[in-house]
Amino acid sequence: MGVMAQSVLLTLAGAAGGGDAGVHPIADAVAGPWWISLIPALPMVAAVVCLFMNFGRVRSKAPAWVVVSLLAAAFGITLLGFQQWNSGDGSPVVVKAWDWIHASWGGGGDGKTFVANVSFYMDGLSWLWMLFVTGLATMIGLYASEYMAGDKGYARFFAAFALFVVSMACLVMGDNLVLLYLGWEGVGLCSYLLIGYFYQKPAAVAAAKKAFIVNRIGDLGLALGIFLIYTTFGTVEYATLFALVGDGHAPVDVAGNAVTGWVTWAIPCLLMLGAFGKSAQLPLYVWLPDAMEGPTPVSALIHAATMVTAGVYLIARMFPMFAGLDGGHFALSIVAWVGTLTALLAATIGMAQFDIKRIMAYSTVSQLGYMFAGLGFLTTTGAAFHVFTHAFFKATLFLACGAVMHGFAGQLDLRKLSGLWSQPGWKIVTLAMFIGCINLAGVPFTAGYFSKDMILAEAFVTPGKAAMGWILLATAGLTAYYTFRVFFRVFVGPVHFEAGDEAHSHGDDDHGHGHGEEHHHDPGQHGDHHHPHFHPHPPGWAINLVLATLAIGSVVAAGTYFIDKDHHGWVGGLLHRSTASYTSPYGHHDAAHAMAVADVVIVPVADAHGGEAVAEAAHAGAGGFLGMDPHKVMYYVSAVVGLIGILTAAFLHGPRGLGGLLIGNRTEAATSRADGLLPMLGPIPKWAQHKWYVDELYHAIIVAPLWVLSNIFHLIDRVLVDGLVNVAGWAPTALAKRMRVTQDGRMHTYATGMGVGLAAVLIVVLVVVWSTGGNG
Amino acid sequence: VIGVLAAELVPAAATAGLAPGIGLYHYLLVSAVMFGLGVVGFLSRRNLIIMFLCTELMFQAVGLALIAFGKFHGNHSGEVFVIFVLTIAAAEAALALALVVLLFKRRETLDAQAWSLLKG
Repeated sequence: MGVMAQSVLLTLAGAAGGGDAGVHPIADAVAGPWWISLIPALPMVAAVVCLFMNFGRVRSKAPAWVVVSLLAAAFGITLLGFQQWNSGDGSPVVVKAWDWIHASWGGGGDGKTFVANVSFYMDGLSWLWMLFVTGLATMIGLYASEYMAGDKGYARFFAAFALFVVSMACLVMGDNLVLLYLGWEGVGLCSYLLIGYFYQKPAAVAAAKKAFIVNRIGDLGLALGIFLIYTTFGTVEYATLFALVGDGHAPVDVAGNAVTGWVTWAIPCLLMLGAFGKSAQLPLYVWLPDAMEGPTPVSALIHAATMVTAGVYLIARMFPMFAGLDGGHFALSIVAWVGTLTALLAATIGMAQFDIKRIMAYSTVSQLGYMFAGLGFLTTTGAAFHVFTHAFFKATLFLACGAVMHGFAGQLDLRKLSGLWSQPGWKIVTLAMFIGCINLAGVPFTAGYFSKDMILAEAFVTPGKAAMGWILLATAGLTAYYTFRVFFRVFVGPVHFEAGDEAHSHGDDDHGHGHGEEHHHDPGQHGDHHHPHFHPHPPGWAINLVLATLAIGSVVAAGTYFIDKDHHGWVGGLLHRSTASYTSPYGHHDAAHAMAVADVVIVPVADAHGGEAVAEAAHAGAGGFLGMDPHKVMYYVSAVVGLIGILTAAFLHGPRGLGGLLIGNRTEAATSRADGLLPMLGPIPKWAQHKWYVDELYHAIIVAPLWVLSNIFHLIDRVLVDGLVNVAGWAPTALAKRMRVTQDGRMHTYATGMGVGLAAVLIVVLVVVWSTGGNG
Repeated sequence: VIGVLAAELVPAAATAGLAPGIGLYHYLLVSAVMFGLGVVGFLSRRNLIIMFLCTELMFQAVGLALIAFGKFHGNHSGEVFVIFVLTIAAAEAALALALVVLLFKRRETLDAQAWSLLKG
């Protein structure tokens, strides 16, 4: 470890020799304790043990206990390491596990090296991510121990679950881009495995393939971005890389040459493409809603709380590339617009869905849009804070929806469920759902309220971003509406329920929602569509415990906003001690601090060609919200917008009485006041329900042409290529058929042939001798 | 064609000390006739023993031609070669006749047409 850090420092000294001693927002790395390597190692052990349990046909809950206990241990180590790091000076800690790739080639002055070790780079960003990844994985693993009970693939589920945590740890903790890429692909693989967990269900298999293929597009961008970073800078290790690009001087490569030209915007744009794929942003968001085919704990952990935030992590980690190398913030302005439009589009789709898990999926896409918009507005603190709060409340929401799905035999249609609060055993679920909903809707003093406000305020503060701010503000209203639409329809009001499809499929391998022996039904006792003997199955202690803990976590997350106010919350304090806090080298770091919400501000940027300054320094003065200071007024504005959304939902979907805030009038599950008003909007609700036909559009412009093209190639292959091969085989056969008559097996035929041949040769020889005059 | 060859070879034979009036041409003619008879016999007869005898006839025709050439050129290697060929032919005759006996035992006939299993 010591050797590693030393060599890095030496490299830094050599590389940065040409630069001046300007601001050093990214501290040099120091060696850390070895046991930090246990954070990814323990889940790896769990994954391997579960794999053998799967082969060994273990039918008990042992896989769950192995995974939960080892993940809890990993969480404990993360906490311990974080405490130790937090009490230090905040320099990044580097822990080297072992040498992985160390290649050198070329000689003389042209020699190159490529180093990518299995070692971990722990700064505020990595710690933040690892804390909620291991913490939530432990909780959700505990939830899954009950949720997945009775499923044949129990051990397989937990093997993939633990492998996901390993991959996520690689992605977040890796100290170089190659290890990040390994983790990036690893989480993609686990996502694929877990979406397609019910592999006998065609929809799940299709969704798994869709997720994997759509992610390929983004991953191509990331891979090209990493290649370009290596060819441009000559290193992929963070410590070296950020000394070159994030150390207060103009970007240089390892040889000390200035980096200019097209790569300055191409690198962030390629990385951005990778982030869009993994974090389900336009135009690559289509895989995430379909990913809800996986078991609900997977939806909660991978497709809401952790994996989909990897894109945010990538941009925050590579922030010196986006804010420093790309001086014009070309990529970041795309990120801002894409995030804003994704937030709006996904929210409008979510409003029109009836499947509560799908609504949560679109909500995740929408909230990820907020995070990307935050990155685009240069508030990495806002984006990371929203990641952090969202991880808690969205996991809570998903797990509450999962408990409903589990208890009502896979029923997710909000028209077929009502009044859970009034049914025995559903109190904790309803309360957890309520806490998740108020967070998502941005009710004042909730965690979601603070984190969303930070992004919204920054939109109005940053010059030229006000249009996006208005869109995001409107989206906040829509979010509140669709969130409470679910709550008012499903969790309060008159008691009504219809069982889902899984009530008569006990024992099938393709369902993970076993109901336990005490709820076993004889399939012959009821028809296919009516379940007269169906009893809802309230969640057990594990699910209730996890829901309660996460709900409390969602509330507590709000409190972190009041810690470390200098850096805009505890998360801001962590981000301040990470690569995400990078300030453009040409800026006034200290002056900017005094006025910005985020640590990062737009500052005059020296153009590579002329050195002309972009006059964006007037940060606080230029932006504003209707002439008021956005930082102050946004607290009230977003609260009002959120409450309007909630009241609209109550009016349209709320039950009669206090549950509907006295303005609702719903008396049955299937219909509400909204149904009478929807025809006024014409075909728009139908379009939104069909997801604005984006899937159909992609099918028409990408899938269908590729299908036609592949059929043409198939035809060419069949006719031309196969034809040539067949001719090559057929011609000798046909020739041999003609020739074989000469081989009749009779000695005389052969002897005659020899004689005739001999005579022919003789005649030829004699003719030659004759014609050359006989002197040969 | 053969006449042309003879016209050239007869005077040479005289100088080589052969019997007067009999040159290399005559030996070669006899050899060619013997060889031709052997070939015709081999192709036209179906009895394995006769066919074998015909091959022996072709052997001796070639041997005669070799001796004649050897004498003509005053070189003894032709004769040496023939002695080797005769030795091998003797061994080969024993082998071939033994094969014929075995083949006869299998088919109870000496007809060569009885053996045509190797047809394509």
